[in-house]
Amino acid sequence: MSKYTDLELQIKSVKYRIALLKYIKLANAGHTGGSLSCTDILNVLYNDVLDVTPENFKDKNRNRYVQSKGHSVEALYVVLAELGFYPETDLETLCKGGSKYVGHPTRKINGIEFNTGALGHGLPISAGIALAAKMDKTGNKVFTLLGDGELAEGSNWEAAMMAAHYKLDNLVAILDHNSLQITGTNLEVNSPYPIDEKFRAFGWHVVEIDGNNIAELRQTFHAVPELKGKPTFVIANTVKGKGISFMENQKKWHHGVPSDEQYELAMKELQGELTRLENITA
Amino acid sequence: MKVNNLLKGKANLEIFSETLIRLAEKDKNILAVTSDSRGSGKLLPFAEKLPDQIVEVGIAEQNLVGVAAGLASAGKKTFAVSPACFLTARSLEQIKNDVAYSDFPVVLVGISAGVSYGALGTTHHSLHDVAVLRAFHNVDIVVPADNFETEQAIEAAAKATKPMFIKFGKKAMPFLPRTEKSFELGKASTICEGSDVVFIACGETVLPAYEAALQLREKGIGAEVISMHTIKPLDKKAVLNSAKKCKAVITVEEHSVHGGLGEACASLLMQSGIARPFKIVGIPDEDTATGSQVEIFEYYGITGKELAQRAEHLLDMT
Repeated sequence: MSKYTDLELQIKSVKYRIALLKYIKLANAGHTGGSLSCTDILNVLYNDVLDVTPENFKDKNRNRYVQSKGHSVEALYVVLAELGFYPETDLETLCKGGSKYVGHPTRKINGIEFNTGALGHGLPISAGIALAAKMDKTGNKVFTLLGDGELAEGSNWEAAMMAAHYKLDNLVAILDHNSLQITGTNLEVNSPYPIDEKFRAFGWHVVEIDGNNIAELRQTFHAVPELKGKPTFVIANTVKGKGISFMENQKKWHHGVPSDEQYELAMKELQGELTRLENITA
Repeated sequence: MKVNNLLKGKANLEIFSETLIRLAEKDKNILAVTSDSRGSGKLLPFAEKLPDQIVEVGIAEQNLVGVAAGLASAGKKTFAVSPACFLTARSLEQIKNDVAYSDFPVVLVGISAGVSYGALGTTHHSLHDVAVLRAFHNVDIVVPADNFETEQAIEAAAKATKPMFIKFGKKAMPFLPRTEKSFELGKASTICEGSDVVFIACGETVLPAYEAALQLREKGIGAEVISMHTIKPLDKKAVLNSAKKCKAVITVEEHSVHGGLGEACASLLMQSGIARPFKIVGIPDEDTATGSQVEIFEYYGITGKELAQRAEHLLDMT
């Protein structure tokens, strides 16, 4: 759909990871692991699927994105900045006194739809938006991103039931399935499995993909709805802390600010990957 | 003017339903969202006449408010309807974050408020809603007394650009007299004037307050009755003027004595340096007495006779 090749989007992902780590370091706060895991998802949504821009953000018929896992706000902030919703330098004030760039999304920031952060809110909200789109026959789609620990919240299941009842096939819920939450793996804390069977039982169409694979993300998001009359649940298997070797699959990087040494190492890795990808282009 | 001579009315709930139908017929963007409450919400006629403008979510109050907020963000004027006891407890976080904090003009309609459900017991009573919602930024709180105030409040709500919570019961209410036949959100209505004692009341307790005023008048005691239909933003001027004018203040509400209209008035008066013999009448902090709404009101002295006695007692203290 968009003008970018897969490789160009892969390059963008690394640049987003570099940026979000930079601002987390400056802010001395951040939900690092979960922002890194969903960077590719946000990249593909905003650069290839949603067609939401600063120019059309107030348009009633635009596609909509609600970040239910609000804590991965750093990833969202850098993507929106790159699209021109606000200057990237604004993010230097992230989590600082008096700044509107707080640690969870708010509508005070241009480009953000809802004040999420308390988990389990995005799916009901998105179901409401999708329903309005159906009523008004606008044809627009609604995407929402959930965390796997977040699936324990009962409000998700209220919305899941109602979305299927109302045949909201313009609704796509994406699960950033990095398998980790604060206390440990989802499996050991409060197992949500089998996730796919649960959503199928609730009447959703379920697909499972590699959530850090640009090509798979693009193909999947463009194919929805695959089944008429059913909302879609995309289980995107990701790596928490993706892109930084010592953060990958580590529960302690749910929140976390790298030390100066760790920061240098992380940036070296990310820059190295960026150079590698850019050389492919060349 | 005796209470029995007041023009009879319907339940505020019915007026809500009739007013909403009238407004929704003219504006297709008005939606009612309900949690299996169209019967108890008197929304069956609405559902029959305007089936495309009612959204049923089933017994899922969190989803009710989340969906209502989502619909509002897409340009719909949403009335989220559910019993007040569930709307302001089960879905409180959705009210806080999806409606108030995210700032979408949803109208939250709490039906069968207070102890309207009577003998069904505490699970179905809502004695906390004003207290809790007052502490949220960006939610107006309206508790209309009679059919006139209810109709006006719903019309105002339909035009409101910020979130609002409105609650009422299902008792048939007579039309109350008022010094001005107008309604403005945030501006209290004066039911009758006096300068000995003032009753500041809301919702279905304004009627017994007025009954008390009539009884006191027969004894030569001047009682003012204020219908504080908008609890937030509170009409501070009205509270201060009446308190300065009178020798004693009694607040009345179908709500816990904690955190509601009474404490809002007390807080204002104390911080304004106005001390008066003062009493908050409401539902005390105890295992609520059981019975119908009428019996519960009688038990806790929310009647003309008991309120009049309270006033005399307070005035004896001046």
